[in-house]
Amino acid sequence: MSAPTLRVVHLYPRLMNIYGDRGNIMCLRHRCEARGIGFELTELGIGDRFDSAAADLIFAGGAQDREQRNVVEDLLATKADAVREAVEAAVVLLAVCGAYQLFGRFYREATGMELPGVGIFDLHTEHPGEKAKRLIGNIVAELVGPLPSSGQGGHPPITIVGFENHGGRTYLAPGVRPLAKVRSGHGNNGRDGAEGAVYRNAYGTYIHGSLLPKNPAFADHLIGLALRRRYGDVELARIDNRAEELAHRAALRLRP
Amino acid sequence: MYPAFVNPRASLAILAGKAAGTASRLLGRGGGTAIAGVVALGVDQGLVRTLSRQAAAGAIAVTGTNGKTTTSLMLNRVAAAAGLRPLHNRSGSNMMRGVAAMLVDEASISGSIADAARRLAILEVDEATLPEITREVRPRVIVFTNLFRDQLDRYGEVDTVARSWRSALRGQGTGDRGQPQEEPPTIVLNADDPAVAHLGRGYGGPVLYYGVEDASAGGDVVEHASDFRTCLECGADLAYSVTFYGHVGHWRCASCGNARPSADVRLTRVTARGDATEMAVATAGGELDILLPLTGLYNAYNALAAVAGATALGLPSEAIVSALAEFSAAFGRQERFQLDGRDVQVLLGKNPTGLNQVLRAVAARPGRKRLLFFLNDGIADGRDISWIWDTDYEVVQPQTEWALAAGTRAEDLALRLKYAGFGEYVEIERDAATALRRAIEATPAGETLYVLPTYTAMLEVREIIAKRAGEGHFWEGA
Ligand SMILES: [Zn+2]
Repeated sequence: MSAPTLRVVHLYPRLMNIYGDRGNIMCLRHRCEARGIGFELTELGIGDRFDSAAADLIFAGGAQDREQRNVVEDLLATKADAVREAVEAAVVLLAVCGAYQLFGRFYREATGMELPGVGIFDLHTEHPGEKAKRLIGNIVAELVGPLPSSGQGGHPPITIVGFENHGGRTYLAPGVRPLAKVRSGHGNNGRDGAEGAVYRNAYGTYIHGSLLPKNPAFADHLIGLALRRRYGDVELARIDNRAEELAHRAALRLRP
Repeated sequence: MYPAFVNPRASLAILAGKAAGTASRLLGRGGGTAIAGVVALGVDQGLVRTLSRQAAAGAIAVTGTNGKTTTSLMLNRVAAAAGLRPLHNRSGSNMMRGVAAMLVDEASISGSIADAARRLAILEVDEATLPEITREVRPRVIVFTNLFRDQLDRYGEVDTVARSWRSALRGQGTGDRGQPQEEPPTIVLNADDPAVAHLGRGYGGPVLYYGVEDASAGGDVVEHASDFRTCLECGADLAYSVTFYGHVGHWRCASCGNARPSADVRLTRVTARGDATEMAVATAGGELDILLPLTGLYNAYNALAAVAGATALGLPSEAIVSALAEFSAAFGRQERFQLDGRDVQVLLGKNPTGLNQVLRAVAARPGRKRLLFFLNDGIADGRDISWIWDTDYEVVQPQTEWALAAGTRAEDLALRLKYAGFGEYVEIERDAATALRRAIEATPAGETLYVLPTYTAMLEVREIIAKRAGEGHFWEGA
């Protein structure tokens, strides 16, 4: 059998990229290529059609308000149905920051107006008004769901580290699994200790920018899920993680 | 309107500010200047207005993401060459308190600025401080350099900055109580930056555009660190016939016809000449030939902005040409030191667009490179270091002989450099002095070491080098 290939679809790379999201794509590519796994990247922008059968992993990042408005319209008109279809078919999705909010059920502005989302995650986001503080800073959280070994059977919890910067507060519907438990930082809303959300193989998180490069265990988890869905049992070979682990450990010590 | 007779409140504020500044200096607090401003403004909120408006030649403000320190220092030198005495907030203290501290330092305790008849205020202004400065100082001219993502955790998104600039300009053209003001400020805009050029649309006062005409200075690659790729009028994608860096270039919206305005001050030819840049600049007053002793297209842009600002002020061409020819860089921007027989060049890079420019300038130099990168996450650097993933470290990697990652976030930087292909030789050193010593040791005598710090790291490096080279402290002048 020929070597597997990871087919990644990056939604709106030009409009939704403000927090160094490119690092996440670079990471997926690097961790595939270092193992001899093929890597194919498709970038979809305004007006491009999304073929749910052509993706193993979908990535979407953060955007500025102005661009987010352009994106929402296009997303709902041309891609939302196909993304939902893909997620139901267990395709992996990683939605960061602005995209995480967008893939919830709705976003309630400070004025009370509600903007509809794609509805992949059963959650909503509220903006508490211009006077409320943005939730900004370094964050450390412990994965609770996606990696079976995290915090179970004597395994220490697996941490994810990074930076968050969001005005909106996100609330999960009852029964929705958060991605992680906040150890230091704010997370979804700064109150309930939850960070991110998981639905099937779709992951939403506020941890932006260099999320995947210095969280190699989580990056490999996503790659493994995506490849196993199409190729059955795929073993990810060990690769050199020294720089990644140094950066991860250093981030555990940062003040929030 | 604000005569220099004794104003008790201002006098008290100046006295308190001067005392605080002296105390801070005696305690050895580096710079110390902002403290004087904080204290003085606490006593008299209107102090900046009272003092700055005494300058008979008025004020020019310079703002934007990158280049405002260098551009305002260039204007300082041009003004001095034209016989004026600048009131200039140097040392990078570009918020209200920094401007106040500078004015307190220049004022007598009776509340008057000495030699007011020859004074021109040259204010480097933080992007977010512009509305306040505009209201208090009423500058004759405002120069806008460019607008890029920088410290999203501090300034918010670039759109927030653009909005605050528009609100600063909206009030112009009306007086303090809403009556028509005689002369709204001339705004000097970078035609090549769509976000900056957009400020000219519908502005009620005079607009002067500057831009680079020489297309050979550009390329057709759009960098990742581009922020305004869509039309601010209609939201469609912008098309570029040439890109100089980031989203700066010759742009046009195919959908609504919004396009780069034609420039009044034009860089018609730009040529690198070793450590200098040859520039031909067309202005309404004729063509200027400038030999700028700095490299990098970003410095040509800084000089072009300074020429446009000086033109708007009506300063003579001879002063512009001679001052720029004798220009030496603002501290840390492009400084050179001799240290243990090595040529050490310090090049500030504090956001992806700025650092991309620096990296390209370094890559254009001949020879194998030794590089000392610093990444700090202090408040003044921006605590979010995600921007390193938008920076093209790859452009210097093929010519790199040796590299070291230093600073408070050295591990993140080392990881980014691994991805840029530096993996086999990049090491980590968190202590600045040790990092510099190791870098000197790794550089053979007679060769060049390039030091690329973020803002607070630049201050640290400059202190260490100044101590070793027996120079003055950084706040004593740039
Ligand atoms: Zn348009």
